[in-house]
Amino acid sequence: MPDIKFNVKRVLWLMGIGLLFLFLPRFLPRFYVYLTALILLTGLLATSLNLVLGFGGMYQFHHALFYGIGAYSLALMLTKSVLPAWTGFVVAPLVSAGMGYVIGLICVRLSKLYFGMLQISLGSLVWAIVFRWYSFTGGDDGIHGIPLPKMLSASHGAYYFTLVVTAISLFLMYRIVHSPFGRTFQAIRDNPERCEAIGIHVRQHQLAGEVIAGFFAGVAGTLFVTVEASVFPDLMFWTLSLEILIMCLLGGWFTFFGPMLGAAIMVTLRTFVGIYTEYWTLILGIVLMLLIFFMPDGVLGKILKSRAQATEARG
Amino acid sequence: MLEFLSHISLSSLLQQILVGLSRTTILFIVASGLSLVLGVLRIPNLAHGSFYMIGAFLTYSVAAAVGGKAGFWVALAAAPLGVALISLVMERGLFCHLYDREHLMLLLFTFSFTLVFGDIVKIIWGSDFRSISTPAVFQGSLAVFGLPLPRYNVFLLVIGPLVALGLWVLTQKTKIGKIARAAAVDREMVGAVGINVSLVFSAVFVIGCFLAGLGGALVAPTQNITQGMDHSIIMEAFLIVIVGGLGNIWGALLGALIFGLTDAIGILLWPQFAIVFPYAVVVTILMIRPKGLLKSTW
Repeated sequence: MPDIKFNVKRVLWLMGIGLLFLFLPRFLPRFYVYLTALILLTGLLATSLNLVLGFGGMYQFHHALFYGIGAYSLALMLTKSVLPAWTGFVVAPLVSAGMGYVIGLICVRLSKLYFGMLQISLGSLVWAIVFRWYSFTGGDDGIHGIPLPKMLSASHGAYYFTLVVTAISLFLMYRIVHSPFGRTFQAIRDNPERCEAIGIHVRQHQLAGEVIAGFFAGVAGTLFVTVEASVFPDLMFWTLSLEILIMCLLGGWFTFFGPMLGAAIMVTLRTFVGIYTEYWTLILGIVLMLLIFFMPDGVLGKILKSRAQATEARG
Repeated sequence: MLEFLSHISLSSLLQQILVGLSRTTILFIVASGLSLVLGVLRIPNLAHGSFYMIGAFLTYSVAAAVGGKAGFWVALAAAPLGVALISLVMERGLFCHLYDREHLMLLLFTFSFTLVFGDIVKIIWGSDFRSISTPAVFQGSLAVFGLPLPRYNVFLLVIGPLVALGLWVLTQKTKIGKIARAAAVDREMVGAVGINVSLVFSAVFVIGCFLAGLGGALVAPTQNITQGMDHSIIMEAFLIVIVGGLGNIWGALLGALIFGLTDAIGILLWPQFAIVFPYAVVVTILMIRPKGLLKSTW
């Protein structure tokens, strides 16, 4: 088992952050609570992508697909089935994980750009079906006004649900990254040939990674439905996948919490820049260019790196 | 079971194939440019779709500014050149510093251009859609195999093979084409024998983007020119390139044929799910031959 150091400083930090999020709705206006929930679930989505991208070195070009599948599964179960609502929250991530298994099975035979392109083409096929199947998925309109359980539609219910689920998911993903499986996964990223040579089943590990990432993306998808009570095909369009990639890059994709930070920066920027100008994507594009030129490690990656250099300099 | 096919007559099938073929022409022109850039420079250029869109909008503006009968022809020449000029600035100013980065970074870098160009187009041309009419010469239809086909589609059917031929001559018969093909295989070796690879890369990039602009100019009279036409074409072009084999011009032609024809026949078979057909066929092919039908230059 991984040894997670329970030093006092870390515990205090975690408790502080926990309390802050817990009492957030007390002193923030409703809109900001909603925004925080959006950041949390987007951060969860970006972290799940980074599981395979940053830690697995896989070119996961169409991660939004699993997000969309999770969201649509829940939305369809809530609107079309008579099963109790909680089953939807359990089944939807499993459907995403199943999709991860199927897509993984097809794609892990390939690597790098070919892997990514095959994934994008499979994802586009699913998107096209969802986009057109009016009688089932609502087509390009999507599904709106999804009836949520009372507990979630009550005041701040969605926020607390999102908070708890995100915290649990992050904890689980953290454990996975630092487990023997996670270590092997990172070794595969750094040198797949050598791993193969010492007897690691590379493809099996990548397939497992795909399933895990798909599952947590599906969880993020269910949270989206919880917060927004609607789904639409853009949730699984390829441009969203690239936006999640940008979040990982922005925060730093060799760090665990980088994607969460990247998502926070992007969601906040989009919301507030969006108030002043309708040309938000122009600004995002320029930020991205500068990032690639000057800060390819991302914000958190940069901070950690300069910190490491500082300690080294001090000896 | 096949009852739903009964309303499809042979002539409507043939007509649909002809229309599909003219669509194929546009797809081929755009995809071949993308394939060229991917094959030689190894850049998965998502901004290719933006160039296509800019090409279409430029065609609209130039045609409107020049006006009259000559408007369309001037635009057809000027728009791709304008796009080529933008791409030249982009390549010399920014891309040439990034060739040694990994594909993922390059992909995201080109995506940043997609975002920027998307908004610039919105700033310049607004959010309304634009349209231009086909020039007088192309109004009306011609009888092809006894079926009426719009003259403009006939024009497209002539242009497609011409572009293919031109590209073939360029890559196989000219010096720059030979250098580019050599550089695609071993860039350092080509540099070592004293050839300025960077300049060749620049030329290839500009030619590739010129083709995107040309595709946009040619498609302008056939559909509404709108925001978002960049997003749909780039995915189609990428799939075509992958199915055909990365960097292979004939692969791009084959891929465009597969995509264009399944799309056209899909409309006939099951209109609601027409856009699903080409994707389904492409995925099926890729599951069997993941690296494309023809030999890739990678």
